[in-house]
Amino acid sequence: MNFDFSEEQLMLRESIARFIQDDYSFDYRREISQSALGMSEHIWKKFAELGWLSIPFSEDCGGFGGGPVDISVIMEEFGKGLVLEPYMPTVLLFGKLIDAAGSEGQRSDFIPPIINGELLGAFAYLERQSRYELSDVMTKAVSNSKGFLLEGEKVVVLNGQNAAKVIVSARTSGDQFDREGISLFLVSSDSDGVERVSYQMMDGQIVSNFRFNKVSLTADSLIGDLGDGLKIIEGVLRAATVAISSEALGIMEELNRKTLEYSKTREQFGSAIGSFQVLQHRMVDTFMAYEQVKSLLYRSVCGLTETASDIECTVHALKALVGKTGKQIFGEAIQIHGGMGITDELDIGHYAKRLMMINTTFGGEDHHQGKFNFLRYG
Amino acid sequence: MDTSFSNADLSFRDDVKAFFASAYDLKLQKQFESFSTYKDAVIEWQKRLYSQGWIAPNWPVEYGGTGWSSTQKFIFESERASAGIREVMPFGVGMVGPVIYTFGNEKQKEYFLPRILKSQDWWCQGYSEPGSGSDLASLKTKAESDGDNYIVNGAKIWTSFAQYADWIFCLVRTSTDGKKQAGISFLLIDMRTEGIKVNPIISIDNHHSLNEVEFVNVRVPKENLIGEENKGWTYAKSLLAHERTGIAGVADTKRALFNAQELARKEVNGGKSLLKDPLFQKRLSDIEIELLALEFTELRVLATVAAGGAPGAESSLLKIKGTEMQQAVQEIMMEIAAHYQGVLDTEYPCEVVGHEFGGAARRAYLYGRAATIYGGSNEIQKNVIAKAVLGLE
Ligand SMILES: Cc1cc2nc3c(=O)[nH]c(=O)nc-3n(C[C@H](O)[C@H](O)[C@H](O)COP(=O)(O)OP(=O)(O)OC[C@H]3O[C@@H](n4cnc5c(N)ncnc54)[C@H](O)[C@@H]3O)c2cc1C
Repeated sequence: MNFDFSEEQLMLRESIARFIQDDYSFDYRREISQSALGMSEHIWKKFAELGWLSIPFSEDCGGFGGGPVDISVIMEEFGKGLVLEPYMPTVLLFGKLIDAAGSEGQRSDFIPPIINGELLGAFAYLERQSRYELSDVMTKAVSNSKGFLLEGEKVVVLNGQNAAKVIVSARTSGDQFDREGISLFLVSSDSDGVERVSYQMMDGQIVSNFRFNKVSLTADSLIGDLGDGLKIIEGVLRAATVAISSEALGIMEELNRKTLEYSKTREQFGSAIGSFQVLQHRMVDTFMAYEQVKSLLYRSVCGLTETASDIECTVHALKALVGKTGKQIFGEAIQIHGGMGITDELDIGHYAKRLMMINTTFGGEDHHQGKFNFLRYG
Repeated sequence: MDTSFSNADLSFRDDVKAFFASAYDLKLQKQFESFSTYKDAVIEWQKRLYSQGWIAPNWPVEYGGTGWSSTQKFIFESERASAGIREVMPFGVGMVGPVIYTFGNEKQKEYFLPRILKSQDWWCQGYSEPGSGSDLASLKTKAESDGDNYIVNGAKIWTSFAQYADWIFCLVRTSTDGKKQAGISFLLIDMRTEGIKVNPIISIDNHHSLNEVEFVNVRVPKENLIGEENKGWTYAKSLLAHERTGIAGVADTKRALFNAQELARKEVNGGKSLLKDPLFQKRLSDIEIELLALEFTELRVLATVAAGGAPGAESSLLKIKGTEMQQAVQEIMMEIAAHYQGVLDTEYPCEVVGHEFGGAARRAYLYGRAATIYGGSNEIQKNVIAKAVLGLE
């Protein structure tokens, strides 16, 4: 048993940390978040050059063959820098879905352009009524002589605005909540009948709602087996949930570090506020809470790598804890910063808002705790 | 012990209900919702309350109060909240008004009090400074005597709505001798005086209500000093207790919780109403149970005050619990809004792309983080209770 990172993983962490320090200052990030794209194409090219876009893909498509630990390292460092670029939607959702279920042709058509930074993708699976429930799918794909006709709406699609290709979950059989009968389709976002409305979230991301008005799809747009999409989605989202929890861990570390630092420099009543015992205890609590998240994250990362039998439970536990701890940590960070914590100028609020959005991505605290309860206690 | 309403109370409640239903019309509600018309909405609403004679229920009758019993005040507050109407802006009626009628001279009372009641002046509160937040008494903005004037230099920060204000009431340093509390004076300053600069501070909810107010050689006539020089801390302290009781906002929180319950009923997860989810129910009832208690805690404090007692350390209790409950309901609203809690107010706001309540939930939740910080942070309130109630030094 060991919890050490390999030489390569340490180098990866180091290089991302250096990149954020040198090339991704908070002010620069603010500029990016205010730009029309909500991301920097220049930075994305740089990610490609540095090889980061290749890491989770297998060698046969030009990837690096990295696993959950590598992804976790990347996302944790991205969290610290509040990176806006669409690594999650393009690489870990769109790319990994194709990697997991695509045909040989689809893999060789789409993974290399992701790796070299030319193709941005997205995964459209949420619907207006679905909340966090993955099997709640009303969008329909009806087969016809040429392939399929896609009809329905998808919401809060991460990176929807900039994605040239979108993978869409749609019902090919069954009723609204059935686990069977959901299929995955590859759709070009400029196809006839695709309407897109993009809007910005409080963490700076630009997301989209898509309307598909009888969009014609060729038969080879299907990814994986017909009607068997949910299992593919669940597998990819499970890994993505661990990845986004790693991002959350990086944010929590930064919030704790910055708050501790502030408490040592801000003086009231002639002393640093960090000398007040009540604040000391609360910072001890957030420190311990962070360590607990880290442990459950490592448990999940190991579980994914070793395909542990209880991985489903562990990941639900992780996301529930990330939600709960996130609120505790950003809550204390804001409170201990006093008025400064309420400003847009300081980064504290921006870390907090990203944690709030992470809590709603791939299901919130209660959603995952409910699933955990069901698996454990019936 | 008896908390039932008399027939007179019940008919009073009908009057209040009827007034709110007619005076708080749809047009005004719309105006309140947009930041560009917000100031006008506040003033218009306060004028309507003034015409009805109900703008300042807590003031003594001789200055324009209503002379209501504490039960009537409670009824008024509950009805206001359940009609979804905000409290009046606290700075004039709630804060500086009581200081002026308690410690001001006749000339000040005559000039300022009617203008406050009629909402002719918009007031802001100039207490906090960059270096003096919780430790307010360490404030450094100084007022130096120069004939009939003071010359004021320094900076105030977090000044809510200073960008709208006609007047600011300030704590300023007039002496550096002795204890730091003993050199502070209470000064009223016309915001149009030369040398005042208002710099906006954008808050976490992307709005502008906070400001930094700079004073460079600002001349203030000495007739704008409240009471005696160097006694300002005492005046301000009496006002802080007032402010803290107001912050509890139990009636508003009750209404917000009810609203959350109704929205959760309509929200569906996996084919089931969110309101039927046991985890969600636990969240909701945890709040409601505390709120049932807090409502009576507030009534007990009001009864003590009505019987001639001063709201002392109890106001700290109300502030702590009240703000915790507000934040808990705001968190529940975010929970219900799920991913739509994040949608910013741009070309396609939350109403268009998701829920009709997501945007409001986000703004309330983010700005709501401040409630445990302002009006004396909750940590400071706990220090007050530890000292004043539990006798811990
Ligand atoms: C939205 C908003 C509106 C405001 N509006 C106004 C206004 O209109 N006018 C005005 O004058 N001011 C206003 N304020 C300022 C407010 O009163 C101060 O923010 C508050 O007094 C706290 O001061 P600070 O921000 O400097 O925090 P600090 O005093 O620096 O406190 C930082 C942290 O340390 C804690 N702390 C400090 N001392 C102790 C202690 N002894 N023991 C334990 N913990 C301690 C605090 O509780 C807090 O968590 C507003 C603030 C906000 C956020």
